[in-house]
Amino acid sequence: MADLQQNLMRLKAACKNPRSQLDYYLKQGKKVIGCFPAFTPEELVHSSGMIPMGIWGGPIEPKLAKSYLPAFACPIMQANMEFGLRGSYKGLSAVIIPTLCDTLRCMTQNWRFGVTEIPMIPMVYPQNRESTASTEYLISEFEIALAMLATITGQMMNEKALCNTILIYNEHNTVMREFATVANEHLDIITPSVRHEVMKSAFFFEKAEHTTIVRDIIAKLKKMPAYKYTGKKVILTGITCEPNVLLDILQKNDIAVVGDDLVHESQQFRTDIPETGGGALKRLALQWSNRYGCSLIHELGKNRGQLLIDMYKKNNANGFINCLMKFCDPEEYDQPYLEGDLHKVNIPITTIAIDQQSTNLEQLQTRIQGFYELL
Amino acid sequence: MSEERTAAAPVAKPKNPKAKSMTMIGEQTDTLYENARLAKESGEKVGWSASIFPQEIAETLGLVILYPENHSAGIAARHQADPFLQECEGPLGYSNDLCAYAKVNLAYATVLKGNSSVELPDGGKMVKPDFLLLTNNICTQLTKWYENLAHQLDIPLFFIDTCYNPWDYVTESRVRYVRSQIDQLIKNLCVFTGKQWDEEKFKEVMKISQKNSYLWERANNLMDCKPSPLSGFELFNYMSCMVCNRGKESTTAILKQLNAEIEQHISDGSSTYPTKEEFRVSWDGIACWPFLRHNLHTLKEYGVNMVASSYGKAWAIEYDDLDGMARAYCFASTNGDNASTMISRRYEALKRFGCEGTIYHVNRSCKVMDCQMMEIQRQLSKIAGVPFTSFDGDQADYRNYSEAQFETRIQGLVEVMRQNKEEK
Repeated sequence: MADLQQNLMRLKAACKNPRSQLDYYLKQGKKVIGCFPAFTPEELVHSSGMIPMGIWGGPIEPKLAKSYLPAFACPIMQANMEFGLRGSYKGLSAVIIPTLCDTLRCMTQNWRFGVTEIPMIPMVYPQNRESTASTEYLISEFEIALAMLATITGQMMNEKALCNTILIYNEHNTVMREFATVANEHLDIITPSVRHEVMKSAFFFEKAEHTTIVRDIIAKLKKMPAYKYTGKKVILTGITCEPNVLLDILQKNDIAVVGDDLVHESQQFRTDIPETGGGALKRLALQWSNRYGCSLIHELGKNRGQLLIDMYKKNNANGFINCLMKFCDPEEYDQPYLEGDLHKVNIPITTIAIDQQSTNLEQLQTRIQGFYELL
Repeated sequence: MSEERTAAAPVAKPKNPKAKSMTMIGEQTDTLYENARLAKESGEKVGWSASIFPQEIAETLGLVILYPENHSAGIAARHQADPFLQECEGPLGYSNDLCAYAKVNLAYATVLKGNSSVELPDGGKMVKPDFLLLTNNICTQLTKWYENLAHQLDIPLFFIDTCYNPWDYVTESRVRYVRSQIDQLIKNLCVFTGKQWDEEKFKEVMKISQKNSYLWERANNLMDCKPSPLSGFELFNYMSCMVCNRGKESTTAILKQLNAEIEQHISDGSSTYPTKEEFRVSWDGIACWPFLRHNLHTLKEYGVNMVASSYGKAWAIEYDDLDGMARAYCFASTNGDNASTMISRRYEALKRFGCEGTIYHVNRSCKVMDCQMMEIQRQLSKIAGVPFTSFDGDQADYRNYSEAQFETRIQGLVEVMRQNKEEK
């Protein structure tokens, strides 16, 4: 067992330099598939004997991407396009792009013509999940993706492999949820950045490997006495909370993250694949039907506010930060309702604009300071 | 006083008489809103619908349906959008990044609900809905917009998820999924409204709808005459009959009249385009409704006529049964299709209509149009050998447009088109 800091450093290093993780797997003779945001069916890749690796943008100024996307496109997509065009993703055997918003729809086509050396596999999730036919339809989408993946490996995925993958992913979900709980007892060690890195690094490791590391971290944390945190505690909601410097600002202002509803983080681990209910592909499709509380997934009732209120109570938080991804219309439609629901019950919330390329940190610092006082 | 004003007024420039088809479309629109008012008064349920929802379903059931996108476009075109945009981005707390059709409509709905004092410039003719009909073949943003409307107004949402098309054809699995949703939606709508589904009536409506699609496409195709018999922007005025009344006989009458008028122009050698047609262009994207007049005026200065549009023909939807309907509505909107399909459709149009250039509307409201437009521009220009320009605008938000930029861009395009012409 590595010590706690070694494990945390390993995850941090993977987040800081995902390229090294990609090279590591390539050197092992593995094939790697890039997984665009969000809810990409990594299980199909994993069970096909390849490594799924999340590609969620990063700090890079869009230059080449400007020939594909207008300035008001999602910053993550701008970054992904830029990395793709610059060849930073060289070595990926393909990317999977779920078309969960209008920009992602277009990204399937921009990638197809712009980054021709890395094939694109589209994934069009059904949004009318009340329809009984949606599961059948999604299975057919999975089958198309599997056929395309098979052209890379030369082999078809089999039922046994997918069943095994499902066990691995469900176990990983359980461990990540446990980490989120245990982390709250150790907010001196699990700072906002560290928490983020543990969550995010799941995108850069084979899942069983990541489970082992995080389980080790949990075990070490559990052996330590709980830390009595005296600062303020917040929960993050939104797509992602990057760049890291933003999380450092929270820490500097004595604000800890005690929970998140981020698509980039806990939403990935929130919903397990059912253990029963049909063959492995069907169960994987049913996981999609069971997902909830995300702006990218059609649901009636605007329930996200209540979901946040429940998280607030469960985690003894002091307030929320709505990490509103710039130009993200699905999130912008949820914003008035979730803010309104929290205001109604006097739970503090502040909304900050998220842009991975953001350099205007002074304004953010002032904003967070003000929020701390409000808390 | 009035006599003095009359005396001082400049002599009015004689206007072309309004085409009969235009009068008919005005009457049809008035009837639509009047029917909605009467239905409300008599306690009948009225719906709001996405613009490329299978209108034939509602028509068969005899439901009165209004169309928020069409209504918001009208408000924007009449320069009445501002108070709604302010209300939406202010008290309602929405981001200004969102679709301006949605912003206008969400604010309008708030007034109908009694939670806003913004004055309704049309007296509330877009009556408060009892249910919503949604398809997402135009964009995914519509899904969120209607989610919010359903919650805000506490009314049911009937949804057909048509799925984005990354392939060059509609996969059979999509057809099965969409067909299943259509069947379920019909059942649910019947339960909710108390109406009965009549297969014979549906066949009749389908026939009318097919006839209308044919007539609409035919009218668009008559623009291939040189010079064109119409000022292309005029066809935008007829879109409401295809969006809101696709399955109605009144639309057949309007489109027959329109076709006859166009044919008359062709046989007379006349045109409603007010000046000599020097250049023929295609228009990509939704009309820039708040500045339609400025667009037209600028284009006219250079003799540029818009003879083809990527947009209006989205409502020429052809099918002959419910499976066909499922397939057709998956493939109807150019926004729901992959780039190859978009490019091939546009290429055919450029060739057919003899276009010498393309104008791309970078519509700030519409990410699904904008976020792959640049690649489409490059490929299309290369295969068709036709220059293009783009301008920043918006379908309903007047704040996202610069008259100077539009003029400069058109000037640039005209120079290239002129040079191309001289070289031929």
